Amino acid sequence: MTRFVLPAFAGVLFSVGLMLAGMTQPAKVIGFLDFAGHWDPSLAFVMVGGIAVFAVFYRVLPSRTKPLFAERFSPPTRKDIDPRLIVGASLFGVGWGLSGFCPGPALAALGAGAQPATILVPAMVVGMYLASLLDRPRD
Amino acid sequence: MENFTPFMSTWGGLLIGLASALVFLFQGRVAGVSGILGGLLMPSGDAGWRAAYILGMVAAGAVGGFVAPAAFAMEVERSTLTLVVAGLLVGFGVRMGNGCTSGHGVCGISRLSPRSITATLTFMAVAIATVFVTEHVLGGQP
Repeated sequence: MTRFVLPAFAGVLFSVGLMLAGMTQPAKVIGFLDFAGHWDPSLAFVMVGGIAVFAVFYRVLPSRTKPLFAERFSPPTRKDIDPRLIVGASLFGVGWGLSGFCPGPALAALGAGAQPATILVPAMVVGMYLASLLDRPRD
Repeated sequence: MENFTPFMSTWGGLLIGLASALVFLFQGRVAGVSGILGGLLMPSGDAGWRAAYILGMVAAGAVGGFVAPAAFAMEVERSTLTLVVAGLLVGFGVRMGNGCTSGHGVCGISRLSPRSITATLTFMAVAIATVFVTEHVLGGQP
């Protein structure tokens, strides 16, 4: 049971964080991205806050404990910067800039029944599926 | 600067970082939302914790929508077509690029990952350029 309750709790925390941060208000996100307009730098603080906490736990946890539900800590290993990374990030940037939504806030807003999210999330899932086709082996 | 909320945004960021740290503690993995959701959409052995996390996120949003509806103010007007295109781009892009604002921007930068630093700079620059076009070239309502 705890295998599911604990991750669910983490998901709740994440959404609460998004709500407090203002990430679930697309106008606030666009305000942050609108350098030439009424610039609202608030979301920079979100990233700084997130990094401040995650960086500490990321360094400290592996030397103190094992993961609760896995054999070992397995951080990502890739260091190369390839065209897929750049193109993918760029496409994401366009979508984020167009809508003010990235995946997390879109899911939280879907929970809240926000109409734009009810359109965007299904499209996002389709987009993710289409990207997975890139990895299919060619016949 | 309008609507500047440095304290609430910092607190929100701390919780986001904490939630991501808990995923690392629970599963031994570094994953932002796109990684967790993406893994759920592909066949893998660990759908359980992923589904639980996503459901937790959605459920918290549902409660939040009741107790703090201002957190979900939708003041940006976008046509259905724009939302569909944006959704497709976000979904395709985060999978192709292996991460999003939480995966690359928070977790990846925390690890000083060159891939994540590059990805974050890229999607930030492109998003800023996109907003410049929509707000100042196209007049604000794509």
